[in-house]
Amino acid sequence: MWQAKIVVTYKPGILNPEAKIIQQALGNLGYQNITQLETGRYFQIQYSDSLDRSQVEALTHELGDKILSNPVIQKYDFELVEVQP
Amino acid sequence: MKFGVVVFPGSNCDHDTYYVIKKVLGGEVFYVWHKETSLRIFDVLILPGGFSYGDYLRAGAVARFSPVMKEVVAFARNGGLVLGICNGFQILLETGLLPGALIPNVGMRFLCCSVHLKVVTSDSNFTRQYQPGQVLKMPIAHYAGNYYADDDTLQRLQDEDRIAFQYCSADGEVSSKGNPNGSKLNIAGIFNEYRNVLGLMPHPERASESILSSTDGLLIFKSLLEKN
Repeated sequence: MWQAKIVVTYKPGILNPEAKIIQQALGNLGYQNITQLETGRYFQIQYSDSLDRSQVEALTHELGDKILSNPVIQKYDFELVEVQP
Repeated sequence: MKFGVVVFPGSNCDHDTYYVIKKVLGGEVFYVWHKETSLRIFDVLILPGGFSYGDYLRAGAVARFSPVMKEVVAFARNGGLVLGICNGFQILLETGLLPGALIPNVGMRFLCCSVHLKVVTSDSNFTRQYQPGQVLKMPIAHYAGNYYADDDTLQRLQDEDRIAFQYCSADGEVSSKGNPNGSKLNIAGIFNEYRNVLGLMPHPERASESILSSTDGLLIFKSLLEKN
């Protein structure tokens, strides 16, 4: 059966206050070599084994566009992995 | 004028809003459970503040799929008046009835305080009883109130006079100093293109009686109630 690992992040150019503060905190701790830091949201979805890869791919896109991300400010990437039931 | 206050699981300003319309203004108002699908009797629908569905996923993201929201969208498209306060504003943005999005406050803190607001326009059924440029005091209580829209959208909002309220200093100066959460153009509230939908982050229902230190929010409800 297929599993989707989906990561939702802010689109480039949109200020992510959380990422900015984490990066600042790391700088304060002495980690000066970090030039960029992004945060995001991780979703892991298991599909029923009646779905094949192309169906799972289409469904994951639908979930990403419709619910898991807000396309005004966010984008999403995902990978599909085959897992044992 | 019949008002409906939509109640989602997790709404917590529904009673305050109902109280202001009914007890402070003597208006006709009903609660509307989020599973309701018949909204025809209403003239105004209010999506109140709170944490609908625990604000899981994103503020307003799950409420958007409530049965009532399909009807709220149809109601708005038919010209019905819709007011979204705080979490209600977040829901209206997620639904697409208003443009843009609300992201976490700059500073990543939940802000609970009074702010100053400038009335940008009185050209709407919600703001008719204010004077343009008038400075108001109202409470805010939110974590994700940082209004974002792309430059084209911001330009359009300005060109079409669709910014209702902007955060400002006590003397009415709109600058980064009076901006509590990082909102683009200090935006605290906006209209849709037909001006029958208003979303705002501050809480007018918490500023409608002198005992609560401000009555500056009352005119939104009065403007609606005394329409026609």
